[in-house]
Amino acid sequence: MSFDLSTYFPLQNKRVHEVCGSSAFSFAFALAGQQQASVLWIREAWLPEQINPVGFSPYINPHKLLLAKGKDQIEVLATAEESLRSGAVGLTVIELTKPIGLTAGRRLQLAAETGKSTGLCILPDGMGSNAAQTRWRCEPVFDAADSTLQRWEIIKNKSGTLTAWNVRWNAETRRIIVVSEAGERPVSQGASG
Amino acid sequence: MGFSDARAFCRDLQSHPADPVGDQKFLHILARWAKRYCPWVGLDGADGLVMDVTGSTHLLGGEPRMLHDIHLRLKRAGLSVRSGIADTRGAAWALAHYGEGIAPQDQPLDAIGPLPVAALRLDEKSSVGLQRLGVRSIAELVALPRATVARRFGAEVLLRLDQATGEQAEHVSPLPDPPRYQVRLTLPDPIGLEADVMAGTGRLLEKLCEKLKAQEMGARVLSLILRRVDKESQEVEVRLARPLRDPLRILPLFERGVGAIDAGFGIDQLRLVATSVEPLPVQQMTHSQGRNDDKLDDLISRIGNRIGLENVQRFLPADSHIPERSHIIAPAAFSEPSGSWVALRERPIQLFPPEPIVGTGPAPPRHLRWRRMSFRVERATGPERIAPEWWLTDVNWRSGVRDYWKVETKQGRRLWLFYTPQTPGWFVQGQFP
Repeated sequence: MSFDLSTYFPLQNKRVHEVCGSSAFSFAFALAGQQQASVLWIREAWLPEQINPVGFSPYINPHKLLLAKGKDQIEVLATAEESLRSGAVGLTVIELTKPIGLTAGRRLQLAAETGKSTGLCILPDGMGSNAAQTRWRCEPVFDAADSTLQRWEIIKNKSGTLTAWNVRWNAETRRIIVVSEAGERPVSQGASG
Repeated sequence: MGFSDARAFCRDLQSHPADPVGDQKFLHILARWAKRYCPWVGLDGADGLVMDVTGSTHLLGGEPRMLHDIHLRLKRAGLSVRSGIADTRGAAWALAHYGEGIAPQDQPLDAIGPLPVAALRLDEKSSVGLQRLGVRSIAELVALPRATVARRFGAEVLLRLDQATGEQAEHVSPLPDPPRYQVRLTLPDPIGLEADVMAGTGRLLEKLCEKLKAQEMGARVLSLILRRVDKESQEVEVRLARPLRDPLRILPLFERGVGAIDAGFGIDQLRLVATSVEPLPVQQMTHSQGRNDDKLDDLISRIGNRIGLENVQRFLPADSHIPERSHIIAPAAFSEPSGSWVALRERPIQLFPPEPIVGTGPAPPRHLRWRRMSFRVERATGPERIAPEWWLTDVNWRSGVRDYWKVETKQGRRLWLFYTPQTPGWFVQGQFP
């Protein structure tokens, strides 16, 4: 049974969510593009990967994105808490390199609730915190016709079931479009049509 | 005299455009320097300083020595200077412009008597008129009956004469001191609770912000110095993302720093200094505010005080084909979003330092191993050749031109590869969505 993507995406406000997988960054940018307010992107300063504003400019205007660099994970989490609590930015993206405990996760949730803003943690695989509202796994999928196809999967959901969607990015409308699953079509209909 | 005429007389004549504003600025600097001789320094015209050295000459061993010292120091700085000391401002002006030296005490006329009448700061018309009558020196003017002089030339000439001789008083108006943004609160009993210190800081902040408002300035860096009973002092510094003078917005930023203070046996003095200020003109309040990012600025200040204000950054576009240099990362507190983002070709959303992979030949490899993962290449788009910018030396681009390929793998990942034909090798540099 598959639910509509729009029930979960854009992500529920006032909560902190998690995303992992190799397309986690594009998930974050697609979400950031839906925000009216600014977006704060928090990461550790030593990370060699950089987000490339020219690359993500189709998703979100880079002027709307602020980058904060912390010395270590403690600073990153402290900054994230401040940002979520102030509510000055609509979305706070937090790049994590180590798993966070239940206390830290819960503190982020409370901060997001106070500030009425959304948080999104980008994690390495298999490092979720139990406090997260939803956890997504995003992987790119090869498709002969399209080079933006991805599989978005909810792997943890506090208030709903686990589902998966195949989505692609429409460059003209700058929207995420859900691709219907080929396997779900009834066989008889496929044979007749 | 035209410039060409002047050059006929002096071969090496050089010309520079006049810079009256710069000259005035320099004069103000000189005025500040001159405070080493006396506290009462004012400007005199566009090219002079007037100093009231009454009572301060003995500090340098008398008037002649002071004058010598002034000349020596200014000459060392490459300035030519004319000076005069007298009991009155008028006499000193006359000496500085038309003679030089020190007038004897109580008898300024002895020194300025032989000087021409123009030395009395008369206007052109009166001084020429007096000269036509044969009155060439000040002594001759003094000898004339006052009533006739007043009738012929007006009260101006007599006023100037009286000012020079000391009959009429004349003030030296000093330059105003630059405002100091500093307030302090001394307590009869030491305090130690965080809430008390914050309340004291709040009071100081209100006073300071009033001062800032009067000068139309905004604070950029604030420093709270807490003196303890044992004369130790501790400092809390707050840096702001934008010049501010709103106590309600600044006060919460002190909370973290004040919380970390060790009060010891108590704090008995609080001092608040705006160490760096910037102009913040009053603005008309309109219903359509151009940019209303107060909350965001507060957030930047708040985060900046924890991780450093330069670590909160924003992206600015840069004009370059080189992927790493097509954007600039600038501190958000010291830059404004400007410029437009143009992506001529698809670019990866993640960039990393080039990571070598195994591959031969100019065509992308069919199989590749990257970060201990193996991929089968299903589709490769390219090449897109990017040449290094020869006008900049970049170590990473020593290997010459690069042929970029977008590679889509069977496993899903879409990678940005490049091949360097001049020193054959394959690298991964980015990842597409």
